[in-house]
Amino acid sequence: MDKIPILRMGNFLLVTIQVDLYDRLALNLEADLVQMVSKTNARGVLIDISAVSIVDSFMGRIIGNIASMSKIMDAETVVVGMQPAVAITLIELGLPLKGVHTALNVERGMDLLKSMIGSTEEESEEEEEDDDSVAE
Amino acid sequence: MILSLSKDNIQVVREQDVVLLRNRVKEVAVKIKMGLVNQTKLITAASELLRNMLRYANGGSCLIEVVSKGRENGVRLTFTDKGPGIADLALAMKDGYSTGRSLGLGLPGAKRLVNEFDLKSKVGEGTTVMILKWANG
Repeated sequence: MDKIPILRMGNFLLVTIQVDLYDRLALNLEADLVQMVSKTNARGVLIDISAVSIVDSFMGRIIGNIASMSKIMDAETVVVGMQPAVAITLIELGLPLKGVHTALNVERGMDLLKSMIGSTEEESEEEEEDDDSVAE
Repeated sequence: MILSLSKDNIQVVREQDVVLLRNRVKEVAVKIKMGLVNQTKLITAASELLRNMLRYANGGSCLIEVVSKGRENGVRLTFTDKGPGIADLALAMKDGYSTGRSLGLGLPGAKRLVNEFDLKSKVGEGTTVMILKWANG
């Protein structure tokens, strides 16, 4: 059985979809990802679809599901690398992928994840700094 | 007058066949120099219809044809199944309507993605959907 690898990088999970997805594979990915978010306490999920040439309504729904499921597990999802032809097709199909964060490439996706998740971490750091200054 | 230049009939019974069929459609589309955006639209529409066929009719067959009208070339796909058929065609073509648990975008979405779309269905006998995309359509 084919499986899509999920890589862990610090607080984030990285998924690069390199094969043509059929339904079972996409459903497995959905389940695996949510499991991994729970197991690794990941705060962000980055899905790279730059090698995916077709996203139909089912795949779109799975992407939306992953984002909502991660969200209630306290992790943000960013989808990166969508091909222009796929974006055009998705909109004409009538699937605007509402509620899913997207970024043009992996680099910007990582920045977006860091800014979404970092904001809460920075606040705690700032508090620590304040404590330091009081101590001085 | 639409002429059929080549024919290829593929049976679809398993989910994995969808990937195979997508690749065959892609090959044919590339051969007639269809642009990437149109290729993607055609294959996405095909993917929607294949999914319907697998879900509601346990599979069927797909006829892939290269067609020409005047100087235009195109790809015509005909999906035929012997499933339960569709009782209300107008309702099935409405955005957001589904008897399954899907988004209900399949049929109306597929229609928006291609140049010609024809749906015929008889309850208890089966459904035939024809889609056609011109290379420069």
